[in-house]
Amino acid sequence: MIRFEEVTRRFPGGQEALSGLTLEVDKGEMVFVTGHSGAGKSTLLKLIALIDRPTSGQVIVDGQSTRRVKRRKIPAYRRQIGMVFQDHKLLYDRPVADNVALPLVIAGAGPRETGRRVRAALEQVGLLHKERQNPETLSAGEQQRVGIARAIVTRPKLLIADEPTGNLDPDLSLEVMRIFRRFNEVGVTLMIASHDIALIDRLGCRRIELDEGRLATPADHVADEEGGSWP
Amino acid sequence: MAVSRHRDAVAPVRTSGPVSTWFGRHVSTSVASLKKLVAAPFSSFMIVGVIGVTLALPAALHLLVANALSISGGWEDALDFSVFLADDLDLPAAERLAALIGQRADVGEVTLISAEQALAEFREQSGFGAALDQLGDNPLPHTLVVRPAAVNTPETMAVLRQELESLPETAAVQVDTDWVARFHAILDVIDQGIGIGAALLGLAIVVIIGNTIRLDVENRRDEIEVTKLIGASDGFVRRPFLWSGLWLGLFGGMLAVGLVSWGLVLLEAPMARLAGLYHGNVDLVWLSLGEAGLVIGFGATLGLIGSWTAAARHMRAIEPG
Repeated sequence: MIRFEEVTRRFPGGQEALSGLTLEVDKGEMVFVTGHSGAGKSTLLKLIALIDRPTSGQVIVDGQSTRRVKRRKIPAYRRQIGMVFQDHKLLYDRPVADNVALPLVIAGAGPRETGRRVRAALEQVGLLHKERQNPETLSAGEQQRVGIARAIVTRPKLLIADEPTGNLDPDLSLEVMRIFRRFNEVGVTLMIASHDIALIDRLGCRRIELDEGRLATPADHVADEEGGSWP
Repeated sequence: MAVSRHRDAVAPVRTSGPVSTWFGRHVSTSVASLKKLVAAPFSSFMIVGVIGVTLALPAALHLLVANALSISGGWEDALDFSVFLADDLDLPAAERLAALIGQRADVGEVTLISAEQALAEFREQSGFGAALDQLGDNPLPHTLVVRPAAVNTPETMAVLRQELESLPETAAVQVDTDWVARFHAILDVIDQGIGIGAALLGLAIVVIIGNTIRLDVENRRDEIEVTKLIGASDGFVRRPFLWSGLWLGLFGGMLAVGLVSWGLVLLEAPMARLAGLYHGNVDLVWLSLGEAGLVIGFGATLGLIGSWTAAARHMRAIEPG
């Protein structure tokens, strides 16, 4: 689903966020990217979402090299990917349901289709009863779930999340991870950047650890070697 | 339940056909943009007011010229031709000619001033009585004062004049329309000037709307960034701003038409008084439906141009990163 081939991202100052990184994530996998801040986690996700482009090497997503995606085609490309952000990036001038509906509105879905999908997405994150509220009135955990509902409302095959539990306490974090896990069970490929190693180990997913823009451990490292189990 | 729902709808988002999608998007975006303007009535009204006044200026000047032309056109129509007849033409022949010309459709009235009448009048008014007595013969010809009919246009007036001149009995035709022609030429120049002024004011409106949209883009930076992040195209992000610009220009144009019409209502009574003093009948020239549509369309177009340039320029700068 995702393949990085010798990917380097060098900033104008000369420092490298990623240095010759090669990795692969299969279809239907749920993978965590870990590492200290500045290790290149965010850059890695940005390259997948085409928010940034590599200095050299190439990123292949769903069989398509991002290098071939022209600027004008970036919106259509991004619509195939669900994205979850640490700061939710919700719009506070409209209710929860309208936030979740935004990707469908962008894609040009009809009102009935939109309503149906929005309700299904909110139900999956357990917030159907709050669809008319303003996101500002929700807790951090609930806001993050709204962000997730928005990311999955178009049924993307790939979902990337940058520190989705960064601002949440352990219980809420676990709740969010459970939601992710459920999507994974129906075939969605997930790539999640996180520094919450304890939590990741409980989930038993593959972990890609970055250190100064390189792999810190072999890419096939499996976190639940020691019998970590899905709660 | 939830998970199975997910499974049964992995299909891509179904859109409701390209045309109806395009149309539906525009309808909903236009309504949303309108609501946004109504939600901030004071600032919206200020901008619409500025645009309205700016558009009203050239429209009002144009009407002023149009009214001046219409009134002075009346003056031209009211002018009489003095047709001096040949010296050797006798009075009965002159009378027959007067009757003949009087039958023309483009002639209102013909008055014959015989050579004797003319001489008597001249003697009376000039004070050269004694000098005139020295002359054996009356040097003055018979004269016809031809008043053209009201239906005449400048063109038919010219035709009438030519035909009067070409009559064998005619020695000369005199009509002092030169000053009217000059006045019309001046009005034409002013009208051209209004065109240039309107173009400059139009540029000002583009700048005003562009600046408004620029601020709006700046205020909604986060929203733009988020929508781009989840796959909105430039067109999608631009659309609400284009509609805002269009609405502002449209309402500005409507306000301009309202202002100009209101101004004419205020001018109607004093104009009628003025016309009364000159024994004339003044029909005010109002904005025609086409002209009103032109002003409103001009406003809307300028709004669209202003918002388009601003949105295109400032939106590119907002990229998620």
